[in-house]
Amino acid sequence: MPTPGSLAATVCALVLAPLLLGIVNRTKSFVAGRRGPPVLQLYWDLAKYLRRGAVYGDTTSWLFRLGPVIGLAAAAAALLVTPFGGIAAPVPFTGDLIVLAGLLALGRFATVLAALDTGSSFEGMGASREMHFAALAEPALLLALATLAHATDCLSLTAIYRAIDAAAWIGALPTFALTAMTLVVLMLVENTRIPVDDPTTHLELTMIHEVMVLDHSGPDLGYIHYAAALKFWIVGSLLVGLVVPVRSGDFWLDLTAMLAGMAGLAVAVGIIESAMARYRLVHVPQFIVGAATLSAVAFIIRLV
Amino acid sequence: MLEFFIAILLLFLGGLVAACSSRSDIGHRAGQIGAIVGSVFGLVAAVRVLIGGEPEGALGVWHMPGGTLHFEIDAVAAFFLLPVFGLSIVTAFYGRTYLSTGDGERDSAASWFHLNLLTASMALVIAARDGLLFLLAWEIMALSPFFLVIFDDRKEAARHAAWTYLAATHLGTAFLLVMFVVLGGLAGTSDFDAYGAVLRGHSTLSSAIFVLALIGFGAKAGIVPAHVWLPEAHPAAPSHASALMSGSMIKVGIYGIVRILMMLGTPEPWWGWALIAIGATSGVLGVLFALAQHDLKRLLAYHSVENIGIILLGIGVGVLGLATGLLPLAVIGFAAGLLHVVNHCIFKGLLFLGAGAVQHAAHTLDLEELGGLLKRMKWTGTAFLIGSAAIVGLPPLNGFVSEFLLFTSGFVAVAHPLASIATAGLIVIVVMGLISGLAAACFAKAFGIVFLGSPRSPEAAEAHEAARPMTAAMAFLAALCVIIGLAAPVVVAASAGVVAAATGIAVGTVGDQLTIVTGALTGTVIVFAILIVVGALAWGLRARRLAGAAVPRRPVWGCGYLFPSSRMQYTASSFAQPLVTQFHLFIRNREALVPPKGYFPAASSYSSDSGDPFLRLLFAPTFRWFDRMATRLNVIQHGHIHVYVLYVAATLIALLIWESF
Repeated sequence: MPTPGSLAATVCALVLAPLLLGIVNRTKSFVAGRRGPPVLQLYWDLAKYLRRGAVYGDTTSWLFRLGPVIGLAAAAAALLVTPFGGIAAPVPFTGDLIVLAGLLALGRFATVLAALDTGSSFEGMGASREMHFAALAEPALLLALATLAHATDCLSLTAIYRAIDAAAWIGALPTFALTAMTLVVLMLVENTRIPVDDPTTHLELTMIHEVMVLDHSGPDLGYIHYAAALKFWIVGSLLVGLVVPVRSGDFWLDLTAMLAGMAGLAVAVGIIESAMARYRLVHVPQFIVGAATLSAVAFIIRLV
Repeated sequence: MLEFFIAILLLFLGGLVAACSSRSDIGHRAGQIGAIVGSVFGLVAAVRVLIGGEPEGALGVWHMPGGTLHFEIDAVAAFFLLPVFGLSIVTAFYGRTYLSTGDGERDSAASWFHLNLLTASMALVIAARDGLLFLLAWEIMALSPFFLVIFDDRKEAARHAAWTYLAATHLGTAFLLVMFVVLGGLAGTSDFDAYGAVLRGHSTLSSAIFVLALIGFGAKAGIVPAHVWLPEAHPAAPSHASALMSGSMIKVGIYGIVRILMMLGTPEPWWGWALIAIGATSGVLGVLFALAQHDLKRLLAYHSVENIGIILLGIGVGVLGLATGLLPLAVIGFAAGLLHVVNHCIFKGLLFLGAGAVQHAAHTLDLEELGGLLKRMKWTGTAFLIGSAAIVGLPPLNGFVSEFLLFTSGFVAVAHPLASIATAGLIVIVVMGLISGLAAACFAKAFGIVFLGSPRSPEAAEAHEAARPMTAAMAFLAALCVIIGLAAPVVVAASAGVVAAATGIAVGTVGDQLTIVTGALTGTVIVFAILIVVGALAWGLRARRLAGAAVPRRPVWGCGYLFPSSRMQYTASSFAQPLVTQFHLFIRNREALVPPKGYFPAASSYSSDSGDPFLRLLFAPTFRWFDRMATRLNVIQHGHIHVYVLYVAATLIALLIWESF
């Protein structure tokens, strides 16, 4: 049975995930010298989407309607295996990291098929790019997790992250540091942030994720945005759980440290987005493969 | 064992009646009944051994020098008989409707003979316990698909494919022949039971046998570079025959490797490494080649190469575990490989049957001519979607379960302190990650371009749903994909007996080791259950929200352009282009581009050829060289009988002289 602490952390994720994107946007506005939208803007947006009707493209089938639902369900199910720092995941088991990768892939597959269902070449373009980068990001994520598994000698995410405390960091500094860098890149790739994708661009031709969801509206679009926020939280907590090795054993202290870390991550993403330009699409694969190589180096360092 | 022989007899009789009957409707019915009833008998025999755990055997008198008529069904054989007989029932059910509603005006009833002979010979290969008997059954199994591939012999492509298949399969058989001759020579008998004893302690000899088996059986299974016959043969054969060939026949190659490993006893570590290397190469190259294909069945054929790679990766990890004495690796690795045999049989069978339905409906398998079929073919489309998600390894379907086992074996290896084991684990994890990522891209393309969007040709726009027996066969296989996914802990726990037989580890120990993964799979099932519940709730909420609201249909967003046509859609080539370009080093796609020039461009064109680089760059030059060499021998070939008689006499005299010295 899941502990009350892990359930509390999951509720935190479900409630606070949209807030992170608000913080990212506020940070970007602050750096750009604007006031920017309210931090809670995404909550208002989600409430509005759920109240609205929907418009469907005339080529679409039932799969187009099912896509966002599967995307949301996959993200929610992925939360069940994601530990929040030292706080256990609700359903931890050996090999749960494989389920995490599988659920992320399921959500992506559903989104991509829904995009192809429109028959629009814009959405086809986005779908093609998404699958291209995901095909490289998936081994990179597994490589990073395998390196952590090797360093901590554990086979479930909860056990791995429980073992990453300050002492472990001192013992495996280069390995953890390099893996953290891989996770930073994956954070940006999986959540389609700058420099991989620009979520606020206005030109369809240059988009990846946003162009795939152009034709969704109403509750469907709400699901997509909420699922994206959850995914940001999930991949983010993999990174923050590694970088913030507070494992005091005291639930409230651990939770506070992690929440502060998540807020810090959102600010960091905002600053990265403000400071960098989007890469040309042909350079994104190099970016991902480079990140994977860092993890491979981390593994080899640990090995010798 | 009796049921097994009844099964063989019924399959043969059904095929014989089909081949000889003058009326095609009787022929079709006889072939189908023979296949279904025979396979049911075969399944009974296999399932009884699997449940009871006791091997069943039969020894007959055979008036053939050197061989014994020795059959035995042990747990491993029974396990491999499941896909053979099981898929045979489904394809026979589908096949009669498929053949009789096809476009061909030719009488197709005779094809049942070869189809049933294929099933029967696969079963005989698996049950044979004698080298000579094995080779005989193997040869029937190698020849009968030839007639299925050349089914549509008016087509140049089919004749070429059949020829390629014949050459490839016999190259493989050549290695097996050498292997059995060596084994038989050492043991003094061709009985399998005698082979194991002569090999004990001979590590060089064992390694040589392993290499011969890996090449010989690997060619049948379709490992790179011996895979070249798959993308030629599968598209040419009728779809239900392709399903049987890809779902069952190539698995007999895997069976051969497993059987030889069982005979060889404790393996050497490098065998595991070799299997992992071959598995990784076949897996990655298979899926990369698949990405570049425009023909649905060619694409599926390359995915068979990929999945054989995945199976070999699992067996490789298992062999590495056996060689180094790491029980968890041995057990989970073999369990992953063996379970993927059954899983691949289910979803690949389903996908080939789906391709057949598409071909019937739209009269083409060219991806660029299809589109929007999901709306016109609800059942076929949904079943194909489930098959696609399963082969990609997405939760909560059966493909995920075997890939989960393989990943788990990788992670178990990674956590091991020994550097070589940890590295092997890392290789498996990264390769599997890459394979599943690329496979997801490939099936997003295959399903998305064929079934989604709008039709790209008038034929696709006029497509109709397949007949009821065909959709029922596909629905059955799709249901199996879901059931195995959701009943994963039970299925894996039930495989303990088979894994024990394949690895030589005691059943109790195997069961203990498997609890690592069955416990984990219980966790996955809980997650899947919540996934389904959340999905249902989200769907329900969405439906309630939209119930009262206006839900109009409008043209899709085209930057304000309101008249999109199906020609503006992304195509299969354009979808795969970024990946194909990135991996050009391996895929070697040939492209010809005439770009539009000037302000008023006249003609411009683009074409790409996704022919197999191994066929083009390795096999074709080799065979041309042999052809040239053989042509040189023409000087001694005149076509005059008396010259040939002279050759015979001269040879005899030369031999007599040689003998007298």
